[in-house]
Amino acid sequence: MTPAQRRLAFLLGAAGLAAFYLWGLFGLPGFGNYPGPYGFIINRIAVGQTNATGVVSTVNFEYRGFDTVGEEFILFAAAAGIATVLRRLRGERDRPAVDEAAGRQSPPTSSAVRMIALLFTGPVVVMGWWLASHAQTNPSGGFQGGVILATAFVLIYLSGEFVVFKRISPADLTDVVEAVGAGGFAAVGVSAVAMGLPYLSNFLPLGSVPGAVSSSGTIALISFFVGLEVAAAFILIIGELLEQTLLIRQRGQ
Amino acid sequence: MIAAVSTPYTVPVAMMDTLQVTILVLVAAGATAVVLIRERVRQVLALSVYGVLLAVLFLAFQAPDVTLSELTVGAVALPVVLLLTLAKIKKREE
Amino acid sequence: MAYIPFIVVVWILMVGLYGIVTSRDLIHLIICLIVVQSSTYVLLLGVGYVTGAVAPYFYDVPVHTPAVDPVVQALALTDVVVEAAVTALLLAFAIQAHKRFGTLDPAELASLKG
Repeated sequence: MTPAQRRLAFLLGAAGLAAFYLWGLFGLPGFGNYPGPYGFIINRIAVGQTNATGVVSTVNFEYRGFDTVGEEFILFAAAAGIATVLRRLRGERDRPAVDEAAGRQSPPTSSAVRMIALLFTGPVVVMGWWLASHAQTNPSGGFQGGVILATAFVLIYLSGEFVVFKRISPADLTDVVEAVGAGGFAAVGVSAVAMGLPYLSNFLPLGSVPGAVSSSGTIALISFFVGLEVAAAFILIIGELLEQTLLIRQRGQ
Repeated sequence: MIAAVSTPYTVPVAMMDTLQVTILVLVAAGATAVVLIRERVRQVLALSVYGVLLAVLFLAFQAPDVTLSELTVGAVALPVVLLLTLAKIKKREE
Repeated sequence: MAYIPFIVVVWILMVGLYGIVTSRDLIHLIICLIVVQSSTYVLLLGVGYVTGAVAPYFYDVPVHTPAVDPVVQALALTDVVVEAAVTALLLAFAIQAHKRFGTLDPAELASLKG
C-alpha cells in the first residue's frame, strides 16, 4: 500500500470517526453547564468530613484512593519495565564511569550553566519536598512534588557532574526507595484493615484546624509515600537512559 | 441545565470566555505544529512549548493541580527523556 | 461557546492520528501519541467546568463558594504523570528496536521477520 493510498484510507476513516465523536460530544450538556450531582456534593462535604481544604487531593487519596493505588502501581511497573528492557546486551562491555566532559570533542559545560544549575538544586529540592507534603492544603500533592524532586537530580547531571549523579543515586538505592514508596501506600491501606475498618479508610486523627499540615489523617501520609515513589521512579528512568548513553560501548569501538 | 453561577472571586464571565477561546485556538495550532515537524530535535522543543500552552489552558479551566503536573512533566521531564533517547540513537548511528 | 472546547478536542485527536498513520520514524510516532493523549486531558477538564466558578480549593475562600468538579481533576492529574512513565517505556522499546534492527522506520520494521 503506497503512502498516498494509506493517507486516503485514513482520511475516509477519520471523517467517519470525527462525525460520530462530534455527534456524541454535542449530546453533552455543553461546556460550563455541569449538571451532575457528585461534584457539588463533594465540594460541600469534603472539608467537613476530612478537615482538608484541597478537595482534589481528598478525592485522589481518600474518596477514590483505590484508583490511585492502581495508578501508582502502573508507574512502578513502567519503571521496572524500563530497567529490564535497557539491560546490557551480550557483546557490550561496561566501561568504568569516567566523567566524559574532560576528553570529549564537544566543549565542557560552561561556567554559567554550572553555577545556575548548582544554585537552583537546593531550592528545587525544598520546593519538591514542600509540595509532596502539603497535599491537603494547596494545589500540590505527591505526584507533582515527586517529579520536581527528580528534576533536582537532573540538574546535578546538567552541571556536568555525571559521576556525582551516579554516586548519589545508585540503582540499588532508587530501587529500594521506590519499593518503600509503593509498599508504604499499600501498607497504609492494609493497616486500616488490621484495625477492622475497610481498606484504605482514614483512621488517623483528623486534626482540629482544616488545612493545617497535621490535619486530614492519612491523606498527608499517603501523599508523602506517593512523592517518594514518583521521585524514585523518574530518577531510575533518567539514570537508566544516561547509563545507556554514556557508559555502555560496543566492543571494539 | 444549570445557569451560570457568579462569585466575587473570579473575573467577569465574558473575560474568562475570551481567554479560554484564545488559548484553545493556540493549543489546536500547537498540536498541528508538533505533528507536522519532522526533524527530531525541533519536534522535541515544539513538544515542550506545547506542554506550556496546555498548562496555561488548564489554568484557565480552574485546575491548578493539573497545571502543576503538566508543567513539570510535559515541559521538563518528558523532553529530557526524549533528548536522552535521541542522543543514544545518534551515538549508535555514528 | 458551549461546544468550542469539544471541537478542539476532536481536532487534536484527528491531527495526532494523522501523524501516527503517516509517520516514518518511531520517535515521531511516539510524540504524536503524546499529542493524542493530551486531547483526553482537555476533554476531561472540559466536561467538569462550571461557568463562573472557582477552583476547588477552600484555603482562602469560604467553604460554600461554587467550585468546579474536583473528580475529573483528580483523574487528569494522575493521568499526566503516569502516562509520562509509560511513554518512557515505549522509548526504551524504540532504543532496543534500533539496537536489534538498525532502523527506526515503521515500514521497514514491519517487513522484518525476527
